[in-house]
Amino acid sequence: MESYVSMYRTMCLIRRYEDRMAEIYTEGKSPLFSIAAGPVPGEMHLAAGQEPVAVGVMAHVRPDDAVTAPHRPHHLAIAKGVDLRRMTAEIFGRTTGLSHGKGGHMHLFDPSVHFSCSGIVGAGFPPAVGAALAFKRQGSGRVAVAFAGEGAANQGTFHESLNLAALWKAPVLFVIEDNHYAISVPKAQSTAIVDNSDRARSYGIPGVSLRGNDVLAISEAAHEAISRAREGQGPTLLEVETTRLYGHFQGDAEAYLHTGEKAEWRQHDPIVRFRNYLLEHHLLSMADDAAIQQDVATLVEDAIAYARQSPEPLPEDAWTDVFIEG
Amino acid sequence: MSTTTARKLTMARAISEAIGQEMAHDPNVLVWGEDVGVYGGIFGATQGLYAQFGEDRVLDTPISESAFIGAAIGASAEGLRPIVELMFVDFFGVAMDQIYNHLAKNHYMSGGSVRHPVVLMTAIGGGYSDAAQHSQTLYSLFAHVPGLKVVVPSNAYDAKGLMISAIRDDNPVMYFFHKGLLGLGWMPSDDWAEVHVPEDRYEIPFGQAQVVGTGTDLSIITIGAMVPKAMKARKLLQPAGIAVEVVDLRTLVPLDRKAIVETVMKTHRALIVDEDYRSFGMSGEIAAILAEEALDYLEAPVRRLAVPDIPIPYSRILEQSAIPSVEAITQAVHALME
Repeated sequence: MESYVSMYRTMCLIRRYEDRMAEIYTEGKSPLFSIAAGPVPGEMHLAAGQEPVAVGVMAHVRPDDAVTAPHRPHHLAIAKGVDLRRMTAEIFGRTTGLSHGKGGHMHLFDPSVHFSCSGIVGAGFPPAVGAALAFKRQGSGRVAVAFAGEGAANQGTFHESLNLAALWKAPVLFVIEDNHYAISVPKAQSTAIVDNSDRARSYGIPGVSLRGNDVLAISEAAHEAISRAREGQGPTLLEVETTRLYGHFQGDAEAYLHTGEKAEWRQHDPIVRFRNYLLEHHLLSMADDAAIQQDVATLVEDAIAYARQSPEPLPEDAWTDVFIEG
Repeated sequence: MSTTTARKLTMARAISEAIGQEMAHDPNVLVWGEDVGVYGGIFGATQGLYAQFGEDRVLDTPISESAFIGAAIGASAEGLRPIVELMFVDFFGVAMDQIYNHLAKNHYMSGGSVRHPVVLMTAIGGGYSDAAQHSQTLYSLFAHVPGLKVVVPSNAYDAKGLMISAIRDDNPVMYFFHKGLLGLGWMPSDDWAEVHVPEDRYEIPFGQAQVVGTGTDLSIITIGAMVPKAMKARKLLQPAGIAVEVVDLRTLVPLDRKAIVETVMKTHRALIVDEDYRSFGMSGEIAAILAEEALDYLEAPVRRLAVPDIPIPYSRILEQSAIPSVEAITQAVHALME
């Protein structure tokens, strides 16, 4: 279990990272926006606002536990301990990246911390159940955590995986990040019930829904669920209400939001609220906070500089890694 | 294939023996899927394994193909070597995302850092009136996607050696067994596939075709259940003085391009026989290879015999007209020799 200040610091690192990525993403894309242009081409899904779920859950996840992440993965990768330099180099498509430029921002793989990604909605549930099966057989107390958005809870993979995990009593935690919108479709229009956690009952496993985007509440619930899993008591479903402070992807005009909706989310910024809490409880001083802000900014700039200075792949590198040879 | 002490096995038995021997050798090898446990696999490919290894290593799953095939992805990344059966190739539609977007691509998308040693096995083929959703072949669909190895044995000896190679391979392998070769008793099966199988654990390397019948006039290039049919046609054509060479590809990925070219350099005529659909598949791929690499050696245009682009029909008469038969192969050879 990390200290509160350490959790706060990770949240600040994620926020700084996403804010800088939003800026960098626009490079080479003006005056005319082209998704294919600039040092960071392709789609870009940022997770600013969703720091509490990443940090709250990951406070109880060990380096040798497995995490599967969806198309919006930066907060989860950072909180899991994926190397920031290599992750950033991957997002820049450089040879020093996690995948030497073959994956990009939606496909971050770091086996050294058992982190994997998929750009397909709902696809991370089954592999997490499989990893959990392997862990259960090892008797190692390791767990797997599958993260996905609330839109993914309407995929068949979600229901199939909950049932299979319950049958196998697999040490897995399913975390639904409910950020209110599946791209543009609000949860009320996509999901027949209010709380996805109610669906856990169908599979005979505990389900918890948390509102408020509160890192400490999330941490507490994750602690209980992960402890259960480690002790051999099987899976838990955790749904966490959170907020997506950028659009679905960069370039999303967000015309589907209600007037003032974004402003309201910003007013309830989870990082500001957590900082105030820490200040009030004398767990953090203004000077500490300034040092943290400086520290995370340095880390992010270092990673960006590393990525920019790293070599581009050679065209013929595209031909390798289809199969393991020999 | 021949020894003095013949130990003939059905192809189903050869497959389960290969799996059992590898399971005994490596505790990380597990089997899961629908009815693979107590039942022993609907087509007998896991017969005896549950009794030998128990429910800890042979797991019956719910009918949740995305979940249990996707589970093999996570399990293999964490040290297991799952063999997953999904009864019929026709059923793969519901789980294709886990296969063609994840199992096949994770190694590449991770820059080579993630490995998925998984064998997905399934039954293919028609010939017993099971109609369009239980009789397809479809291996070309999987061969089309980069990152999957594709294995299609034609006999029990190959089936065992190819399965052992598949289990030991660190890449995902699609292993297709033809229902009409398995020796099941309750379904027509070609005796040709039931051959001597050594007891020892042996590998057959992928990407090595085998000339199962030599000839000088024409090459039939084929795979799976069409191999014995081609061999029967070859025999029927001998009295007419036509010497047919039959090449069993054994694997589509990797594909033995050299063997394809070499046989045509020798015979100068090629007939490709394929139980999959005709368009955009194996037969077209081999024809393209011959056009690219052996055009100068061809004395006649390449000819293809495959399932015409229609679903497999139910009626015995209709089905027999859809799937290449010994008679159709013989006719196609005659046409090519004219």
